[in-house]
Amino acid sequence: MSWIVTSLWLIPAVPLAASLIILSLASSRRSAAVALAIIGQIAALALSISAFLPTLQAPGYRSVHNFTWFTFGEQALRIGWVLDPLAAAMLVMIALVGLCIFVFSVGYMADDKNFTRFFAYLSFFSGAMLGVVIANSLLLLFVFWELVGLASYLLIGFWIHKPSAAAAAKKAFITTRIGDLGFFVGILWLYGGSGTLLFYDGGNGCLEPAGLLALGASGTFVALLIFCGAVGKSGQFPLHVWLPDAMEGPTPVSALIHAATMVAAGVFLVARVYPLFSFGAIDGVTPSLIVVVSIGAITALMASLIALGQFDIKRILAYSTVSQLGLMMVSLGVGGVAAGMMHLIAHGFFKALLFLGAGSVIHGCHQEQDIRKMGGLRSLMPISFLTYAIGMMTLSGVPFFFSGGWTKEEILHATAHWHVSHIPHYLMLAGVVLTALYMTRQMIYIFFGNRRAASEHAHESPPAMTMPLIVLAICSIAFSVVLTPAWPWLHGYLTGEPAHFDIALLVQPMLFVSLALVAAGIGLGFVMYGKAGQENRHRTAETDPLEHAQPALFHFLENKMWLDEIYDRTVVAWSRMAARISDWMDRHFWDGLVRGFAGLGQLFGIFSANFDERGINVGVDETMTGARGLGRVMSAWHSGQIQTYLGMIAVGMLALLILYAWLA
Amino acid sequence: MTPTLQLFLVVSAALFCIGLLAALSRRHAIFILIGIEMMLAAANLNFVAFWRFSPQPQPPIGVMVAIFSIAIAAAEAAVGLALVIAIYRHYRTTNVDQLDQLQG
Repeated sequence: MSWIVTSLWLIPAVPLAASLIILSLASSRRSAAVALAIIGQIAALALSISAFLPTLQAPGYRSVHNFTWFTFGEQALRIGWVLDPLAAAMLVMIALVGLCIFVFSVGYMADDKNFTRFFAYLSFFSGAMLGVVIANSLLLLFVFWELVGLASYLLIGFWIHKPSAAAAAKKAFITTRIGDLGFFVGILWLYGGSGTLLFYDGGNGCLEPAGLLALGASGTFVALLIFCGAVGKSGQFPLHVWLPDAMEGPTPVSALIHAATMVAAGVFLVARVYPLFSFGAIDGVTPSLIVVVSIGAITALMASLIALGQFDIKRILAYSTVSQLGLMMVSLGVGGVAAGMMHLIAHGFFKALLFLGAGSVIHGCHQEQDIRKMGGLRSLMPISFLTYAIGMMTLSGVPFFFSGGWTKEEILHATAHWHVSHIPHYLMLAGVVLTALYMTRQMIYIFFGNRRAASEHAHESPPAMTMPLIVLAICSIAFSVVLTPAWPWLHGYLTGEPAHFDIALLVQPMLFVSLALVAAGIGLGFVMYGKAGQENRHRTAETDPLEHAQPALFHFLENKMWLDEIYDRTVVAWSRMAARISDWMDRHFWDGLVRGFAGLGQLFGIFSANFDERGINVGVDETMTGARGLGRVMSAWHSGQIQTYLGMIAVGMLALLILYAWLA
Repeated sequence: MTPTLQLFLVVSAALFCIGLLAALSRRHAIFILIGIEMMLAAANLNFVAFWRFSPQPQPPIGVMVAIFSIAIAAAEAAVGLALVIAIYRHYRTTNVDQLDQLQG
């Protein structure tokens, strides 16, 4: 086993250590904080790449390093880390995207007072996320999972003076907590059923055949409970409500956490415990996988519809993320694990690119986020426009040059060959059209047409911000080299199958279908929104064309399908009522009981006091009076007169005589 | 009638009782001393009576005791008188009812 596997713990440890050091610095030491954070991230990246290299050696490489954490009685709790293609690919993606975002934040957060705290939290998040990826034990994964959730809370609510940010952070934490509750119950059940929480342990791990057999029929429920955690963390329906609100955080946070990495943790989790989901599969299908597909499909479609009705630049991207994650879940569910993971990695790159581009636009428009107030930024912010366009094309799934296109191809291919039903396939095709549609809408609103209110004084962002954009854009394009069907290197790497170079496979029928759909989506977007952008001469855009055409539908989508309000009326209202009832119980019932006992104690005290005062004192007083009386009597006998004493002697002697006579 | 032992004892007892009565009921200190002397005399009488009516001949033990008792009675009377004089010098009274300094 190479040295890197035993030292794999360094990869999350270095950014975490950097975070702790930065936290101990004064907030004026900005350059020190940046240096520490970026050096930590570069170190993590270097270690990730050196971890990546051994996995290229053999197909199906998997190397674990397990050790005992502590023992209780006879049992030992073992944890460890694992290095396999899944983990290695994720490590490199997270470290690289993280590094780009760190560099971007130097420029974006330059005016912020809490600059050092930001980098401390970013490093902390980076370390925690890397820990999630390498964990070989479900417990260790859960620990880092929770740390990632904490980092997300701290970063969403970074601007502590904004009440909306604090509320959004709270909402994110609580919503993911609900998922984590199911996750934790699943972990407990898994531990009870299979006796180990290690994934791979030389045959004894819970993902290996022996462990899965030990679980038996309960494996489906365990898988679904673990899926609850993924639903919460990856923002699937019904726990997606926190992700759009999480846009209250700074844009680099949105890019890193809520686009590229943290939300990917849920998809990663499903991919990691995929053997559990697919155990006992008949024709590649199990009940838990059907649930995964259903939720993913619902999420993908729902989110892309809602994105059509949003006007905040980041909210559109947030819903886009939710939709893409749904797509990844569908892919995992139909059996395309490698396809889903490839899309995850590619998504990490291009979604970070899009968010950073949005950040650049927001920065350039002086903190304006409403797309109705932007327009015509194409000429004012050329680099941002170009990189954003590349990101948009990748997301829409334009094939040939853009990685997103190829990965989407793979997913559509997987859904087309699902034996249970073709419904997910058609839904995902509709999703492709919708994705292209809302991204085109966003592009037109922001970059095309006449300049509106905020774009008057817009300017291009500084190089610290545009460099990462360019790097990520290049990655998005270059990445497609390993993704093409002609040379499916990444697919082969992830699944362990050998990859052959075959130029003929470059062109496939499905390719043309999706190309046609993407073109339809973009074209529809230009038709619907293009004219509005071109003709508008007002300061802010007039009503959205869709709003003009279908006001009721648009209103429904603009209000996020009223889901937040539904939750507020039901779940939140119920928990508030439960809180009120508990408060009443506590204040009146339990408090009354306690006061009752206190009263009993008081009663006892009164009784005791009275007994003491009336009973004992009086008794003692009476006794003393009696003794005094007796003393007075007896002292009266002492008259001091000798004749009295003589008389006493005579009487006593007489008594003795009588006694003597009587006894004899 | 020939005197029997019981007669002497009765007389002795009567004498003792009269002496006791005198000691207990007279106020003057000298009179208490007289009473004490009478009690001693009664005791002497007892001794002699018991000697007389014990089987004769016998050494005159009872008589000797009576003589010793008279001698001691004399000494004791002297001491008692000295005590009375000392008390009179201090308290200017011989009324024992007034000697109650030890009252408590």
